[in-house]
Amino acid sequence: MIDMSVNIAGLKMKNPVIAASGTFGFGGQFLPFMDLNKLGGISVKGLTLAPRKGNKSPRIAETPGGILNSVGLQNPGVESFIKDEIPWLKGYDTAIIANVAGNTVEDYCKMAEIINSVDEVSAIEVNVSCPNVKEGGVSFGVSACLIEEVTSKMRRLYKKTLIVKLTPNVTSIVETAKAAEAGGADCVSLINTLLGMAVDIHTKRPILANNTGGLSGPCVKPVAVRMVSEVYRNVKIPVIGMGGISSGEDAVEFLLAGASAVMVGTANLVEPDACVKVEEGIERYLEKYGYKSIGDIVGKLELY
Amino acid sequence: MPALLKEEIINVEQIAPGIFKMVIFSPYTAENAKPGQFVNIKCKEGLDAYLRRPISICEINRDEKTITIVFQVKGKGTKFLSEKKTGDIIDMIAPLGWGTFSLEPVENAVIVGGGIGIFPLYELSRSLKSKCSDITVILGFRNKELTVMEKEFESAASRLLIATDDGSYGVRGFTTDILEDILKEGKKDMIYACGPLPMLKKVARIAEKYGVNCEISLEERMGCGIGACLVCACKTKYGDDWEHSHVCYNGPVFNSREVIFDD
Repeated sequence: MIDMSVNIAGLKMKNPVIAASGTFGFGGQFLPFMDLNKLGGISVKGLTLAPRKGNKSPRIAETPGGILNSVGLQNPGVESFIKDEIPWLKGYDTAIIANVAGNTVEDYCKMAEIINSVDEVSAIEVNVSCPNVKEGGVSFGVSACLIEEVTSKMRRLYKKTLIVKLTPNVTSIVETAKAAEAGGADCVSLINTLLGMAVDIHTKRPILANNTGGLSGPCVKPVAVRMVSEVYRNVKIPVIGMGGISSGEDAVEFLLAGASAVMVGTANLVEPDACVKVEEGIERYLEKYGYKSIGDIVGKLELY
Repeated sequence: MPALLKEEIINVEQIAPGIFKMVIFSPYTAENAKPGQFVNIKCKEGLDAYLRRPISICEINRDEKTITIVFQVKGKGTKFLSEKKTGDIIDMIAPLGWGTFSLEPVENAVIVGGGIGIFPLYELSRSLKSKCSDITVILGFRNKELTVMEKEFESAASRLLIATDDGSYGVRGFTTDILEDILKEGKKDMIYACGPLPMLKKVARIAEKYGVNCEISLEERMGCGIGACLVCACKTKYGDDWEHSHVCYNGPVFNSREVIFDD
């Protein structure tokens, strides 16, 4: 019997597969395609204090092996999430992770306070890495100082698992990961999308109305695996890995590189049952090599 | 409820340059689909043309348990799709879209279609036939060569009018000019439209001017097709304010009064 369960700094999940924020809504759209009870967790669509309308269309461009998106954090606001989504979502046996983004340190703190009183939410994922909004998001994420400040202030207000989601659009992701750790984060998750651009050569305009967007999908996986491996070797807190995972094999690469759990994102857009397939694939790998639990393979990558 | 399906292709044929008609055996879709809905197809396994391609349902045949889609080859995905053959299995999510054409019985309905926007209107026209005493269909094409499905629409409408941009077939001009002439002739109860955005915008204006209820089917670059990724945003009214609705989930069919067209 293989034990698929994981405990990441107090965040207990039945398996290490989490639906990544921004690709899974609040989960409701996936009910016709899968049993949400099979998910380790759901990191819900990025929440802000006030509702956000998001960016103009087009918000998506297909690129080789992936997509660029510029949704711009369209969401109904944290209060609406608590009122309208939690009541039905709590009926499922899966960890609910609140992904939050803000314009100011105060925004982040207010959300930490609000969510701290919501028992059904198991963890906060701090989004300091959205490349598609001007005000906050990534402007925090590229500065180690600001990451440490936001994290330490939220840490005082939030009692459960605090995850900081890192952007790859930095010179050294190890530095920003260390800043999150120093600020008191329980865990870091990486990578958010890579800033990119696609051009329509016929109109001579960018395809995205926002000009730029975040690149995700299988094409980013090697970058993500490299970053997970670097961060794992340089911080003591657990790492949640993501970036282009669409199969069990992909997920195992991340686990071996040092991730304690994984998030599946863009693949959900193409295969609505992708998370379940990833989970089954990981289990098959463990079985094939005679491992008993997820922990047996985390960080087992032997570097040359 | 949409489902993830693997279905068999019964027939594929090219009906005009670059335009393909595909019949798919899909008991679930045939049973559950409504006029205005679409299917989201994985055109090729793997990373090439990574996203699914949304394609509107042109015909629903409950007796044969089939649906028909008609699509134009526009890029990589539709090219792969056009290369599929009878007997091939197609990976699709269907039926999709919660905003569908309303099928309330009315006296006089007008259906306006432009280019590849005409296809979802065929099933609509078929479905309305027994409910409306008069259905006028106005179809616009670039030229004679691209004029398709004339016979089918003829049998599903009381009157069919065709316009081409270059006058090589039917009347030279725009569908919207014909629509306005028809509305001047006499009262209509309902307008349905699908086609290029400038056409829809004009149809919406005409509907407002003549006080006729109007439904339009929108198109936008799409991701998941199921309402999760939120990329296919369109502006709609929300009280005194506006919001971003999503074509795949709230649409693709909207009442024209709800939609805000940016200039």
